[in-house]
Amino acid sequence: MTNSWTDIKNTDLVVVMGGNAAEAHPCGFKWVTEAKANRGAKLIVVDPRFTRTASVADYYAPIRQGTDIAFLLGVINYCIRNDKVQWEYVKNFTNAAFVVKEGFGWQDGLFTGYDEQKRDYNRSTWDYEIGPDGFAVVDETLQNPRCVWNLLKSHVSLYTPELVERICGTPKDKFLTIARMISECSSPVKTMTSMYALGWTQHSKGSQNIRSMAMLQLILGNIGVRGGGMNALRGHSNIQGLTDIGLMSNLIPGYLTIPTEREPSFDAYMSTRGFKPLRPNQMSYWQNYRKFFVSFQKAMWGDAATPENSFAYDWLPKLDVPAYDVLRAFELMHQGKMNGYFCQGFNPLLSFPNRKKITSALSKLKFLVVMDPLQTETARFWENHGANNDVDPSKIQTEVIELPTTCFAEDEGSLTNSGRWLQWHWPGGSPPGEAKTDAWIMAQIHLRLKELYRKEGGKVPEPIVNLDWRYKDPHEPTAEELAKELNGYVVSDVPDPSDPTKTLLTKGKQVVSFAALRDDGSTACGCWIYSGCFNEAGNNMARRDTSDPDDTGAYLKWSWSWPVNRRILYNRASSDLQGKPWDESRKLLWWDGAKWTGYDVPDIAPTAKPDTVMPFIMNPEGTSRLFTRAMMRDGPFPSHYEPFESPVVNVVAPKVRGNPVARVFRNDFEQFGDAKEFPYAATSYRLTEHFHFWTKHAHANAVLQPEFFVEISEELAKEKGIEKGGTVRVWSKRGSVTAKAVVTKRIKPLTCDGKTVHIVGIPLHWGFTGAARKGFGPNSLTPFVGDANIETPEYKAFLVDIEPVAGPVA
Amino acid sequence: MFPPLPNPTTAPTPPRFGDQDLIRRSASTVTPPAKRQTEVAKLIDVSKCIGCKACQSACLQWNDMVEEVGVNVGVYDNPHDLTPASFTLMRFTEWENPETKNLEWLIRKDGCMHCEDPGCLKACPAPGAIVQYSNGIVDFVHDNCIGCGYCVKGCPFDIPRISKVDNKAYKCTLCSDRVAVGQGPACAKACPTQAIVFGTKDDMKQWADGRIKDLKSRGFKNAGLYDPPGVGGTHVMYVLHHADKPEIYAGLPNNPRISPLVEIWKGVAKYAGFAAIGAMAAVTVVHGIFSGASRVSPHDEEKAKEMAEKPPAGENA
Repeated sequence: MTNSWTDIKNTDLVVVMGGNAAEAHPCGFKWVTEAKANRGAKLIVVDPRFTRTASVADYYAPIRQGTDIAFLLGVINYCIRNDKVQWEYVKNFTNAAFVVKEGFGWQDGLFTGYDEQKRDYNRSTWDYEIGPDGFAVVDETLQNPRCVWNLLKSHVSLYTPELVERICGTPKDKFLTIARMISECSSPVKTMTSMYALGWTQHSKGSQNIRSMAMLQLILGNIGVRGGGMNALRGHSNIQGLTDIGLMSNLIPGYLTIPTEREPSFDAYMSTRGFKPLRPNQMSYWQNYRKFFVSFQKAMWGDAATPENSFAYDWLPKLDVPAYDVLRAFELMHQGKMNGYFCQGFNPLLSFPNRKKITSALSKLKFLVVMDPLQTETARFWENHGANNDVDPSKIQTEVIELPTTCFAEDEGSLTNSGRWLQWHWPGGSPPGEAKTDAWIMAQIHLRLKELYRKEGGKVPEPIVNLDWRYKDPHEPTAEELAKELNGYVVSDVPDPSDPTKTLLTKGKQVVSFAALRDDGSTACGCWIYSGCFNEAGNNMARRDTSDPDDTGAYLKWSWSWPVNRRILYNRASSDLQGKPWDESRKLLWWDGAKWTGYDVPDIAPTAKPDTVMPFIMNPEGTSRLFTRAMMRDGPFPSHYEPFESPVVNVVAPKVRGNPVARVFRNDFEQFGDAKEFPYAATSYRLTEHFHFWTKHAHANAVLQPEFFVEISEELAKEKGIEKGGTVRVWSKRGSVTAKAVVTKRIKPLTCDGKTVHIVGIPLHWGFTGAARKGFGPNSLTPFVGDANIETPEYKAFLVDIEPVAGPVA
Repeated sequence: MFPPLPNPTTAPTPPRFGDQDLIRRSASTVTPPAKRQTEVAKLIDVSKCIGCKACQSACLQWNDMVEEVGVNVGVYDNPHDLTPASFTLMRFTEWENPETKNLEWLIRKDGCMHCEDPGCLKACPAPGAIVQYSNGIVDFVHDNCIGCGYCVKGCPFDIPRISKVDNKAYKCTLCSDRVAVGQGPACAKACPTQAIVFGTKDDMKQWADGRIKDLKSRGFKNAGLYDPPGVGGTHVMYVLHHADKPEIYAGLPNNPRISPLVEIWKGVAKYAGFAAIGAMAAVTVVHGIFSGASRVSPHDEEKAKEMAEKPPAGENA
């Protein structure tokens, strides 16, 4: 989230699209009901199904899954054509005026530089024209035909209300009503918030779905303001923490990146991370990259990371591929190239697409270690459960080791919520049986490995034997010790430059924030964005003060928010070029003549002059980006692509299947079905009664939603002779499931490009362990393809067929 | 936001109400207290409810009830009806508004309404099995319950359920145990959107007024409060977007009132000198009146009216 859950109460318009907040985030949704009840805010829901969120919405419109980009570019087109643009914001705070290089273009669904063989673009034309002064060329008059604004205007002109209806199946009048409601928020005194979740990410163009809305929010001037923002509702508690800490194969904590094979030396690595400002006077905060990186290396290897060995740069792994994401990991397992797997707090047998492939991959492992508080299906993947897990245990040789762990309520630590708040928690009970904390288990493994490397040597022992392990009890680092390490500490005294008799930083003290970090090895910090969470003031994450001056919803003394306790990112953009709030009744940060002041921690240097330093300090431009240059693999602007399995052809680019640069492994291409064989458009989702595959282990939750079902319209039920509560079989090219049928008015057939499209809704939650009835998950059916940029699997749009079958014999 | 109640103290506190505050006791006479306690109420704002079932879960947990894991019969309602373990239930209705042509998904939390004039209590032949406190809470005292099921038939909302395990009647207590120590009901505490709030009945009516104004401003011209006068008002009230049509919310009665059957039974009890001859004898006498279908049919109603006007011979034998 750019904003926070509590800030949603400040909005005038909530758009829930690509999510179902009332259903999947019921506790956070209270802030929507607050905005509605106290501000008279309106709620719009756009979804293939009439969801629980829609049940309390002011306006609902249906949309075919996987067509959000067309809808949103349609809204942008509407705003531009009707002059519903926050012009002052767009001209000053976005890259609308930046001039793009000659040669960039878009045709037949493809941007310049496409290589069909590589399924990739040469992105060299996707950038600004650089002037003789070394800065990007801008045209503040917006007259240059190659300035971002004019390119955008022409790019979205295709997406008329008629085309939106043709692609999305959203009736034109409903689309226009929503476009009109949204466009009203271009007023500086009206804001809209976007609440989205996996309904936007789990597509082969998920990142571009989100980009589309981010662009719309920028055009309306809704980023950095109270009641605005791009608010990603994370799918798990602490999944925000997971990404912050960099638990992905291509990241290290704080969104720093793992080196690649092309960066054999620290100098080579840093050479592409200069982040030189693209406009005069801009902060380009990533210029501090080296400080964050060196401090991370010091946290990892302590005294062994020295200037002489480039702070142990060689001990970091170097990627030979863009990322070892989960799809690639299971592909490698499937090929027999990955032989061991540690599965920590994860249930891949039900979570990853194409379950048949997952089962086959796990069966080829030599060993599988499962660390989990619950007996997951993954730990039992080898066990026969009839139709629900039809495997032959005698043919599976994988050794499975289960290590029971504590759950969140049994240990201490912090959880990072969607709004970037790090909230400390304390154990509410004792762990059962032999359950141990994850930290204890990891410490045991590490200490044993370290000992083995010491005794027996082996290839590259240094990263293991030199790993800094300065915990009071090496067998179980405490949550506080780990949090202090993430915050960072002073490794050696740093003298005060203005008075050498004093120290600026004193050895052994916690650093106050990342502003204190240095690139000479005198500071250590496990995760720079978390710096400040546990400094000399104590554990700021444990703060529980509910005071909130003037009821702004900031709650600055409750827990701690990254970065540096800031609650709304880009908050300098809440004021105009002179530093005067756009909306006096909802002011957030303003220039008092000498410095920035207000209700939040300024997202800019406190004395940075308002008309000189622009608000988007992380970007070398100083502005936000309507055009993302070469930073996304599938285009500097979003473009409509159909899902890989779609009931209709792409009317914008009939020859393009799916996202043209999404990675597809060779054998998986053959596993895609087409609309002739599989005529119905399926989607997957969660239900409020359950949380993923955990709560089916809890009796009360099993009572509230006991049995796997699929949802279809009354029309499809009639066509196929399916009865409400009857049993159906649903199958795709990759697998088959049986389920109860919920026949509902909440799903209606859509008309897309003249064709009737029926939707089949498939909730997740059921498996073959736990208290609920045995069932299936949608991953038995879903295709093995991910987003072009971050490889999130395409769970939200795929093709199936359905038929009634005889129910199970009692 | 509705101000949340502070957490209770961990020190033992005397209950805020008890037997001395009874205003009604089934099949008995009580001397009402000189001063009635402030009436309480639970307000369920259907227009804020997202159907998450946190209330159902909280109810099971607080009351330490184990409901069976059922099946899916093609709807979201689980269990499929109120049970002796499930005192509350979300009922989902898909309603196409004939005026706007829009689909509305009406979700109503069903459960005991805690009527000011409780049909269950009036129908109950077992002394002290059903009581009403002066704050309005209607509670079942299971030690005194004989499992006859008359409360089920006396209830205009079809709420109580008889357990097959101990043959006693069960329903929502309005968390009388929590209210006694200054807390609100568990369902209200668990509700994430404050669709369920709890307080004095006057405060709840006032809170409802604000909600109704908001709904009217959004085009629900018939938004209103459900506090049916036919049962003297209730201590569980609903804010409905379509208060003119309560029946569209999974059959919420339009004008609930106590069945005339119960009024006869009251007469019978009086003549029978009920307390003297004992509950079982009384049960035998009225068995004929109440036996039959579990719901009161129009035919029953008509017959009852006749009987009320002209008592059958030999009834006081």
